[in-house]
Amino acid sequence: MSFKNFCFKKSLWVFHFGGASCNNCDIEILDCLTPRYDLERFGILLVGSIRHADVLLVNGSINMRDRDRLLEIYEQAPKPILVVAIGACGCTGGIFAEGNTFAGPVDKIIPVNAYIPGCPPKPEAIIAGIVKLVKSV
Amino acid sequence: MSNKFLIPIGPYHPLQEEPELFKLYCEGEIVKDIKWETGYNHRGIEKLAESKTYDQVFFLVERICGICSTSHPFAFANAVEEICNIEITNRARYIRSIIGELERIHSHLLWVGLAGHFLGYNTVFMWAWKYREPVLDLFEMITGNRNSYAMFKVGGVRRDIEGHKIREIRKVLDEVKKKTDLLTGAVMDDPVIHARTKGVGILTKEDIIDYGAVGPTARASGVAIDVRKDDPYAAYPLVNWKVITATAGDVFAKAEVRLLEMYESISIIEQCLDGLEKEKEGDINIKVKNIPEGIGTGRAEAPRGEVFHCVFSDGSNSPARHKIRAPSYVNIATFKKSCIGQSISDATISLAAVDPCYCCTERLAVAYDMHTGEKIMNGADIIRASAGQTRLIMKNLKMKV
Repeated sequence: MSFKNFCFKKSLWVFHFGGASCNNCDIEILDCLTPRYDLERFGILLVGSIRHADVLLVNGSINMRDRDRLLEIYEQAPKPILVVAIGACGCTGGIFAEGNTFAGPVDKIIPVNAYIPGCPPKPEAIIAGIVKLVKSV
Repeated sequence: MSNKFLIPIGPYHPLQEEPELFKLYCEGEIVKDIKWETGYNHRGIEKLAESKTYDQVFFLVERICGICSTSHPFAFANAVEEICNIEITNRARYIRSIIGELERIHSHLLWVGLAGHFLGYNTVFMWAWKYREPVLDLFEMITGNRNSYAMFKVGGVRRDIEGHKIREIRKVLDEVKKKTDLLTGAVMDDPVIHARTKGVGILTKEDIIDYGAVGPTARASGVAIDVRKDDPYAAYPLVNWKVITATAGDVFAKAEVRLLEMYESISIIEQCLDGLEKEKEGDINIKVKNIPEGIGTGRAEAPRGEVFHCVFSDGSNSPARHKIRAPSYVNIATFKKSCIGQSISDATISLAAVDPCYCCTERLAVAYDMHTGEKIMNGADIIRASAGQTRLIMKNLKMKV
């Protein structure tokens, strides 16, 4: 295990990028931080700036206006960074894939490390996805 | 002008879940002007709806907004049923209202939590979201999903609420009621919340009427508008309930209205469950063979206000045109009144007080060229394009303009 990957073993700080989403995945991500699921006990913390983050959560379909911002945020991120695409829209574009402003699923724009499908994924699924991600690095 | 400076909030700000850019123009700590930019969340739903069949559109409109994911199918169902001119069964009416009111409880609890978060009072945030979980469990039991319930269809609902589920709902509601008592007591008596929200972001009755604001935002300023009373649909005319209003118009009044509305919702659900027990099980659906030509409008009271859907049908199996207006679209405009003149810290809670939902509101944005400042498309262009589109549809449908 390299030193860089060793850092991911401890508390992961998460930055949340909500693309053109329907808000469902956003509130399920927030739900993970509230008392029933409480991800903070594992050191997983939502942070305000990508420059502090280890993980970039992306949910929602990405429209033309979001695409440049997503790229910019990805470039600002301290590397290595883990990217997680959450929800059907994040993984494939979902129901909005045929939309006239759709700019491609997340993995067409930036490299993605983990996919958590579901519309919206349950908090349990999000937690399971993060655990798998941590184990894989 | 010279000492004005700009504070951007967003588009990807930790305070907000959704992408939206607010520009606060401040002098010292006082907000002098506010502008907002949309377009980060535009998905082209109205256009997408034209490519889907009526059954599929329900899944699409559900995903306009995850928090009010019943209101949009509700309004769409009302619109399509108006075109078909059909009456749904009483059991379906009750089930629709139960889902709608459960959603109102979960949405208001969510708002109370987020308002606490905006005030920097995270205890309220954690508590409210904890008490929201049992409601989501109910949704999972009834519909199979925590959000995006897929319960509605033209002519009824997809799933029945059987006897054992009714008992379970009653049990959970009793629990939720106790928790709501606790939360209401805590919020209403808290000196910190009083100090932060009373007299902040005041909207007078005149402001509300001028801006055409709807929902709890309007009711907190003494304007008793509620689609459930004004234009009754589903089971709302069959049950007893009252419209909650307050007069102060500040953030505290908005919180009060939302908290008291939860009790009304619980009472509506209980009466609907009583009604459900009297109806025959399984009688939730009537068969609709085809959608005739015509225009239908449907309204529903979302947790944030009136949702309006207008559907043009040309007799085929998908809508010819589908127009949606969400409540936040009019409520967001009141920021011009409520935020200007406040300090920056009060402005954020004034923004949050109308419970803005940007994914409902999202429109095609007017774009400016960054370097030349030239308008790529202005509002009049959009109106012209939209009017042209409507005329074309009317012509295709052979209707008089």
